[in-house]
Amino acid sequence: MTDKQNDSNEGLSIEEQKKKAAAEAKAKALELSKQRQAEKAKAAEGTETAAPEPELTKEELKKKAVAEAKAKALELAKQRQAEKAKAAETSEPTATEPELTKEELKKKAAAEAKAKALELAKQRQAEKAKAAEGTEPTADEPELTKEELKKKAAAEAKAKALELAKQRQAEKAKTTEIPQSNEPTDDLAKQKALAAAKAKAAAAAKAKAAAAAKAKLAREGGGDTTSTEPASDDEKAKAAAKAKAIATAKAKAAAAAKAKASRETGSDATTEPAGDDEKAKAIAAAKAKAAAAAKARAAANAKGAATEPATEEKPSPNQPILDTYRKVIKEHLGEDVLEDSYINRLSKDVPTLVAKPDSYYKIAEFLKYNDQLRFDYLSEMHGTDFETHFEVYNHLYSYNHRQSVALKVKIDRNSATTHSITPLWEGANWPERETYDLLGIHFEGHPNLTRIMLPDDWVGHPLRKDYEPHDVEV
Amino acid sequence: MIRTEEMLLNVGPQHPSTHGVFRIVLKIDGETIIEATPVIGYLHRGTEKLAENLQYTQIIPYTDRMDYLAAMTNNYVICHAVETMMSLEIPERAEYLRVIVMELGRIASHLVWFGTYLLDIGAMSPFLYAFREREAIINMLNEICGARLTFNYMRVGGVKWDAPDGWIEKVRDFVPYMREELAGYHDLVTGNEIFLNRVKGIGYYTKEEALNFSLSGANLRCTGTNWDLRKDEPYSIYDRFDFDVPVFHTGDAWARYQCRMQEIEESLKIVEQAVEQFPKEGPVMAKVPRIIKPPKGEAFVRIESPRGEIGCYIASEGKKEPYRLKFRRPSFYNLQILPKLLVGENISNLITILGGIDIVLGEVDG
Repeated sequence: MTDKQNDSNEGLSIEEQKKKAAAEAKAKALELSKQRQAEKAKAAEGTETAAPEPELTKEELKKKAVAEAKAKALELAKQRQAEKAKAAETSEPTATEPELTKEELKKKAAAEAKAKALELAKQRQAEKAKAAEGTEPTADEPELTKEELKKKAAAEAKAKALELAKQRQAEKAKTTEIPQSNEPTDDLAKQKALAAAKAKAAAAAKAKAAAAAKAKLAREGGGDTTSTEPASDDEKAKAAAKAKAIATAKAKAAAAAKAKASRETGSDATTEPAGDDEKAKAIAAAKAKAAAAAKARAAANAKGAATEPATEEKPSPNQPILDTYRKVIKEHLGEDVLEDSYINRLSKDVPTLVAKPDSYYKIAEFLKYNDQLRFDYLSEMHGTDFETHFEVYNHLYSYNHRQSVALKVKIDRNSATTHSITPLWEGANWPERETYDLLGIHFEGHPNLTRIMLPDDWVGHPLRKDYEPHDVEV
Repeated sequence: MIRTEEMLLNVGPQHPSTHGVFRIVLKIDGETIIEATPVIGYLHRGTEKLAENLQYTQIIPYTDRMDYLAAMTNNYVICHAVETMMSLEIPERAEYLRVIVMELGRIASHLVWFGTYLLDIGAMSPFLYAFREREAIINMLNEICGARLTFNYMRVGGVKWDAPDGWIEKVRDFVPYMREELAGYHDLVTGNEIFLNRVKGIGYYTKEEALNFSLSGANLRCTGTNWDLRKDEPYSIYDRFDFDVPVFHTGDAWARYQCRMQEIEESLKIVEQAVEQFPKEGPVMAKVPRIIKPPKGEAFVRIESPRGEIGCYIASEGKKEPYRLKFRRPSFYNLQILPKLLVGENISNLITILGGIDIVLGEVDG
């Protein structure tokens, strides 16, 4: 350490010195790794970094050797691939090389990653190679120190490993019949282009973010100016609506209180947990409200509604099926068992029966065992809290008649009890337990009605709309 | 006969062969199981409760976490439910992309099942092969949506991302490769005497029992029931593809194995045709309102996931959040039959039977 350094270190505590040392070490390591990467890139290009440079340090020489070894390995792999390609004449010709797909790029990246991993293993291999030192001393370099020889051996070992990896990859490529790239320069160019594109995108994103921030600032300052530019037609229309709203607001000479209100609603909207687009929309809507531009809003709503389908008028193809169900049930169980029955248009026209609470089990049993119905499969069973009442929904299916039916029953919210259908369909066992667990509906006749999802000592039923989490310590 | 003292044995919730946090309390007499009580809920996250405060698009990521081995079908089921309610027309290209990714997901899921099932039984190497091929699929799915397992790929009205350049070609190339590998699996496993002894006649149930217990998927088709929602209640564009529904009749673990292996082949067929018919261009999203509000009412849809029928029930009040959302989770229903199958079995068959059902605990616990 020089005096100067000592001087500068004197004022520092041990800890700080340590930190400094660590930082230096890091920087060094970084530099080293950078160099290595650069070398690798060179090797990947296949260009031999011949020695036109007059003064090569030892380190550089070593690097060179490594690079050469790599290049050699690459060449070998290339040859091998060529051979393979020749052999695999049935597969696609590898002559379509110039067209490099993304896949190839990826492959390349994978190869590089592999190479990196190999480098880690290098040191170990170097030790091994030491034993076999001097077996293949290439005569290219005139004066090789022992150290250099070692390095060389290491490089060779590495090259071998690389070759193996390459070979394996080539094999894989062959089996998948994907032509593999061996045009590294082209690849590199592509990569470069990709990187450039990425940088561009990043810059664009930055600019966008800045613009958005600006817009927000302006908004919060009370003046309505720009907004994040929505792109699609829908959004454009909305933006236009917003502009209108702004205009009206201005015309009204925006009193201070009003401006404040608009600000508040605006910031409220921004805190809404919504996607970017939705946020923009929400902001637009809030502003429109603040400006009392009901007109603009109505237009926006109309646009939203326009995409919703108009209800069809023609009868459902399942109507006759529902009529049959109704008829059969009426014949066997009487008039007074069904509360309602309809075709659920929203749910792929499924015939829906709403049983009266008393006759729920009776109907279910009938649906299962009647020959004309024979719903032998319970597809789904669950409950819902509609606040005025509970509802249990069953989706049944008949494998004989290939038909579906939905069976529902409304349950009084206070008693919250109905009959279990587990004796009919064993498959309702766990779903009923789940419904009991999460909604607190009791199923009479269930073999084992205990909680299934939540712990046994849980308080309350979470899917109820009035559920309050219980905490013993509060 | 010599009798031994009854013993209670807790398997799980961290037993490696349960493939998740699943516990089963066994009452055993020697090595014979007298009673089995599954205990679930360790992975219950209250998805349905959470969903009541989320917009429809925000719910999609939660579905990824249910059946995390085939999340594409989960993505699809909720989108399909909303689309059914809103009567949306989905662009062709989006439909094809959906089918391709769902079928790839099905193959990946079956591969995981194949690998882990044999691992459970005691064969190590099939696992490695299966996961190699699965990795290829996952890489492809990663490329199209940026995630390996939790895809969040589909949206109401289409899909989020179009296929990148060369992706379709890659999928096309994958099909023959997978066929070749599949033949390798059969060479390796299907004829193996030890394997056959472990699965033949094990975990047997009849067609009536399967229906009564609401089983679905391969668990149902192994009993001779020809039922596949892709064929019998066609959704999306499945009616455009020519494929068979593998049905076996023995109702045991062996039949379930054969079912799933053949389903891989059928899925490959679908992928192949879908890639062939894939529209050259077009949008991947329908025109949908920015805030999705299905009309007031309720809907229940069901589709065929790798594990069976996955369904989605939505009760809507015309707002941007669902009033009630419920998933029919096939693993949950399929697992119900387990206690019945285990009674009287030797304890060494426990894992064979449990593995044969093919459950995913994220789905069981919702």
